[in-house]
Amino acid sequence: MLPMRKLKIIIMQLKRICRRDFLFALIFVCGTSAVTAEITEARQAELLNLLRQDCGSCHGMTLKGGLGPALTPDALATKSGEMLVQTIIGGRPGTPMPPWAPFLSQEEAWWLVNILKEGTGVVAQP
Amino acid sequence: MELRGTGDLAVVIERATGSVQILDTSSRTSIGQVKGLGDLSHASIVYSRDARYAYVFGRDGGLTKIDILEQKIVKRVIQSGNSIGGAISQDGRLLAVSNYTPGGVKVFNSSTLELIADIPAVGNNGLRSKVVGLVDAPGQQFVFSLYDAGEIWIVDFSDGKPEIRKFTDIGLLPYDGLISGNGRFYIAGLFGEDGLALLDLWNIQDGVKRILSDYGKGQRKMPVYKMPHLEGWAITDNYAFLPAVGRNTVLVVDRNTWKEVKQIPVHGQPIFVMSRPDGRQVWVNYAFPNNDTVEVIDTLTLEKMKTLKPGKAVLHMEFTPRGEHVWISARDNNWIKVFDTDTFEVLTTLPAKKPSGIFMSSRAHQTGL
Repeated sequence: MLPMRKLKIIIMQLKRICRRDFLFALIFVCGTSAVTAEITEARQAELLNLLRQDCGSCHGMTLKGGLGPALTPDALATKSGEMLVQTIIGGRPGTPMPPWAPFLSQEEAWWLVNILKEGTGVVAQP
Repeated sequence: MELRGTGDLAVVIERATGSVQILDTSSRTSIGQVKGLGDLSHASIVYSRDARYAYVFGRDGGLTKIDILEQKIVKRVIQSGNSIGGAISQDGRLLAVSNYTPGGVKVFNSSTLELIADIPAVGNNGLRSKVVGLVDAPGQQFVFSLYDAGEIWIVDFSDGKPEIRKFTDIGLLPYDGLISGNGRFYIAGLFGEDGLALLDLWNIQDGVKRILSDYGKGQRKMPVYKMPHLEGWAITDNYAFLPAVGRNTVLVVDRNTWKEVKQIPVHGQPIFVMSRPDGRQVWVNYAFPNNDTVEVIDTLTLEKMKTLKPGKAVLHMEFTPRGEHVWISARDNNWIKVFDTDTFEVLTTLPAKKPSGIFMSSRAHQTGL
């Protein structure tokens, strides 16, 4: 029979694994990166404002495109998340798309890509 | 309604809410709001020649005619999937709209908004191109650039029907254009290469020339976080002041030779470089992340003379017709500030929701605006 102390440790480890699996499940189901939790609410609001206003100045505030291409879920369906993150972070040479690395972390770019793919980043027009 | 003129009225775009406010620039108050204008994330306005109607060109292809006295929408049409701006003809009868999707220009009767002409922008390469830098020019002409194809087109409506003249190979990725206040020079900014494309409408047989082609060679360009606007380019007695693309620089160019006279180092990448109507000062705002600042350049000394902090995300500046005040929109502060251009004092702060462009009715009587 296991001593009580050891049992507690095992339970704790099990819990941790469960939580991790739960997070993985979240990533899988929602396409949401595990790091979302680390982006504060205030920063998320800033990122959304950046998306709508600054990305929006080329891609349209409703992200249906402008000088830059549309960033709607349909338009991005065939593009991999990695590629999109790379485009945000590194820009696209030869086009007006600049690298946003000075203003965004990799995690924040992932957060934006998930928002874009889900189509939850834009408020409906009045 | 009490009788009044429209000469001191202005319209400001509220980009996030699809609305505009109507402003009285004499009392410096907001006198009304008109809603239901769609996606105004990149919107502009031209005025009817009686300065009573404002035509709003929205990002979603919406073209809306607003009566600024009655403060209501007179007519609204969705004319394309995605548009960028428009112009009104010399005689005020024709409205032209430049579209990204599908790329081209549509021309409407300005009183009824009925379609008169549809001009697909198919370049020499056979592909349909986004249209940018659409302006009106004397002689019932419209001039615009094809972003993807690198062309400048003139459409002449003086005989009632559109006659198109095309200039190909003008440079890579023209991103905006302007026309000088007298309607003589059309200039397109190029994103894909150094220099600018210049068309002298008094000598169109000479074709498009490249000016300032050496500019930027040998220096590493910085990424551009917002494309500069060329409209409202400051052209004074001797000089043109231009935003350098991707650099914290305002270029000063001799307007006779189009040679560079000076590079003025500034706070960020310039977006609007605008002359006070008398040409004595040039006001400059900047791209993200330096968009909380406006600088003023003395056009005699070609030095910066003042730095102002009008608010977060300054998007536009509009001078009163004789230049005593300038109205400045600060998007992320949700306000408009009115500055005295001599004392630089703030005279008024007015609330507006995510304000962008401010358009005074005096534009009704200016070529290219």
